[in-house]
Amino acid sequence: MTERGFWVYAVAGQYAGEDLSGLDGVGDGRVRVIGAAGLAVLASDVDLAEFGAEALRRNLEDLDWLERVAWAHHHVIDAAARLLPLLPMRLATVYASEGTAAAAFTERAAELRDALAQVRGRAEWGVKAYARPAREVSARDKPAPAGAESGAAESGTGGTGTGGTGPGGAGAGSGAGTAYLKRRRDQLSAQRDTQRDAVASARAVHSALAGHAAWSRLHPPQSAQLSGDRAPMLLNASYLLDAGDGTAFTSVLEAAASTHPDLRLELTGPWPPYSFAGGDAQ
Amino acid sequence: MTYPVTPSQTVPARERLPDDFPAQRVALVDLLDRVLAQGVVITGDITLSIADVDLVTVSLRAILASVSALAGQAAGQAPVRAEVTS
Repeated sequence: MTERGFWVYAVAGQYAGEDLSGLDGVGDGRVRVIGAAGLAVLASDVDLAEFGAEALRRNLEDLDWLERVAWAHHHVIDAAARLLPLLPMRLATVYASEGTAAAAFTERAAELRDALAQVRGRAEWGVKAYARPAREVSARDKPAPAGAESGAAESGTGGTGTGGTGPGGAGAGSGAGTAYLKRRRDQLSAQRDTQRDAVASARAVHSALAGHAAWSRLHPPQSAQLSGDRAPMLLNASYLLDAGDGTAFTSVLEAAASTHPDLRLELTGPWPPYSFAGGDAQ
Repeated sequence: MTYPVTPSQTVPARERLPDDFPAQRVALVDLLDRVLAQGVVITGDITLSIADVDLVTVSLRAILASVSALAGQAAGQAPVRAEVTS
């Protein structure tokens, strides 16, 4: 006989019979709602052979498993958040039984109610800023000085050691190696300046966006390997916006993008209020 | 590695965004930022203290390590978060 656990997706302030049927959760469990001190807890039964302590410890290290379960968890929260205000639970919140879950939520009911009041009628949007490569910024910003073009062509092909044979090297006589080294040094120095300016830009963008949001929260920048983006990520933030404030927010974002051409900005959302569920956001 | 349901696909009309900033399809890494590190944490009578941040950090580190092993040394510079935080 399999041992069952109780996986919780989210907690809502009240449940007026919104239709959550047909929502499949993690491990194909059917989502149901239990009451706890007037709160509505969205959960489903899971098999502890896969979702118990030992199994979780092992499975969380498995990217395929984690991906499948993270999407399943999100799918339930995202669908439910369209129907009722809720606080998402952190992934893998598993109780031994419905009863222990109800007791835990009852104990925290007042605090959860306060947190729910903060996110009601609001959605989370994500903004990430990446530094543009120096050559892109200078190409956009100012007329290229003589010689910059061949430098750009070189870095464009990613070639080292091709300087003598590329188009830029056609007219080069003796001293081409010295010229190459000097050009390379100038490039690196320009890159450092560009990077420093980009950090200041990211700070300015965040402060402009935070000024138009009810709440904001900074996440650690994503690893280049995971994001699949080689440009350095300088900002990874979430903003909690009133429903309907999306347009004003994107205007601010657009303005920021034209003021700071050294950054590439990305917007994601709307998200359920994951980053503002803890109640301690600034 | 794709998933059919993303917030951006079902974005409500009133939240529709200008073309300059198409909300992107949700990437796994953006999702993990939120479901692993955010959300309500309730400790107590839980089967595993997964609420335990250390565990999540450990597993993420392992995943990062395995992904970066696959990706080799291709990545760019390390991001500078501390400088962005004001």
